[in-house]
Amino acid sequence: MTDRAGEVGVLGVEEPAAAVPRAAERGRAARGRLRELWRRFAKHRGAVAGMLTFGLIVLVVVVGPLVYAVDPLKTDIRARNQAPSLEHPFGTDNLGHDLLAQNLAGGRVSLTVGVAAMLISVIVGTVIGQLAGYYRRLDGPLMRLTDMFLALPILPLLLVAVLLFRDSLRAAMGPQAGIFVLIVVIIGITSWMNTARVVRGEVLALKEREFVTAADALGSGANRIMWTHILPNVMSPILVSASLGMASAIITESALSFLGLGFPPDVPTWGRLLYDGRDYLGITPMRVVWPGMFISLTVLSINFMGDGLRDALDPRSRNRV
Amino acid sequence: MVGLAYLFGVLIAVPVGVISAYRQYSWFDQIGTFVSLIGFSVPTFFTGLLAIIVFSVSLRWLPSIYDTTLVVRDWPSFVQQVKQMAMPVTVLAFFNASQLSRFMRSTMLDNLSQDYARTARSKGLREKAVVLGHVFRNSLIPVVTLIALGIPGIFTGAIITEQIFRVNGLGDLLIRAIYASDIPMVQSISFIFAVLIVLFNILADMTYGFLDPRIRYD
Repeated sequence: MTDRAGEVGVLGVEEPAAAVPRAAERGRAARGRLRELWRRFAKHRGAVAGMLTFGLIVLVVVVGPLVYAVDPLKTDIRARNQAPSLEHPFGTDNLGHDLLAQNLAGGRVSLTVGVAAMLISVIVGTVIGQLAGYYRRLDGPLMRLTDMFLALPILPLLLVAVLLFRDSLRAAMGPQAGIFVLIVVIIGITSWMNTARVVRGEVLALKEREFVTAADALGSGANRIMWTHILPNVMSPILVSASLGMASAIITESALSFLGLGFPPDVPTWGRLLYDGRDYLGITPMRVVWPGMFISLTVLSINFMGDGLRDALDPRSRNRV
Repeated sequence: MVGLAYLFGVLIAVPVGVISAYRQYSWFDQIGTFVSLIGFSVPTFFTGLLAIIVFSVSLRWLPSIYDTTLVVRDWPSFVQQVKQMAMPVTVLAFFNASQLSRFMRSTMLDNLSQDYARTARSKGLREKAVVLGHVFRNSLIPVVTLIALGIPGIFTGAIITEQIFRVNGLGDLLIRAIYASDIPMVQSISFIFAVLIVLFNILADMTYGFLDPRIRYD
């Protein structure tokens, strides 16, 4: 349901999309806004740097394993605990795994988890926010639900959920897919609250505008008003909270893996690599630095991008955090 | 220990937030926001491990393992206690401070441009009195709430810190119980967490009403 609105609505901030009827005009207007947005985004130096860094990390993680074709799971027990060298640019671990290959493979998993969890949380948050904002009757219960989720501490909840559902999902879907679904779903459904609150606030304000009344008078149903008229106009806060949500999803996944409760040991993720490297700090300290650096750089660049995006999409919020 | 970290975090964050809001876009503000964004983005389990590499592995100044059986009896054991607390406290304080100072800065900025700040200036009050007496006090309201709301986070945040520095506290107990699939143990620890969290959420709500008389709970 988000797809349809995406084309028009990514940047549909100022003008209600419904007010511009003809497709060609609409396309031109969107392009103009896109350029304007890019201009404002480019002014934010940190955001551009963040975007470049993030792009580079994604590129390295996606293309890297094709160029650097070393099996991350190949053990070479004679070459264990090595410092970085030409043969193993990042060194090796206690089983002789090549750490560069492991970090690249881990990045794929971590980023996938981040994106998938972010999608779930944004979709849940948008739906709940829309419903709460549009239907006055649902507002109270849904917002109390949101408050309840906000008050829950995420980490213990995650730990307990992993304990409870790990084995049954593993039995149903195999060890890797099972834990992937579990982690993504859990992170997703525990991090939608911010999106929901922001969307609700925007919807409450937009609902009273003329274009909604007009759509209503033309006989559009509630669903049509919500998803084709209001949604494009709340896209910008959704985008911002999506980018910030992805950063926190990556951190949460790493934290879980760091506690040893994430993916099984033969699936490297950045958090898992940190966790495994922790016991060998005295011998191979670099083993901890690489994955930690990847996590930190990714999250930092995403946060910078989110900041820049927020400034570009909403010039009034210049001074906010 | 974690409470101490929180205290330090608050002590650092508040002045940093105030100064960087007052001198917005100065070099202090630029550096402050940049550092706080780093502290906000880099997870504690990485900064903690980095600190261990630098201070325990390379320099050998501080112990990397927190010894909970240590009893402070005399001066040497006190020194040892301080030494083993130094790293966990610094790491956590850095993380808390970066979150809080971002928030402090934005509320200060919101308040600095309000009408009452201009009124206070036009009354002829000195700049210091305006900023500290009027703006600062009003900005503190949401910040104090955030601090109170963050206290439950102390207990859960401790789960990770305890893993890094190998403290055998409540969080560590929870992790071990999960490893061992010891359901009754997990239940009781979650219950303790739940009670603490509800308690501090109520406290936070009460401080909010106390600090800001405009808010009333009927």
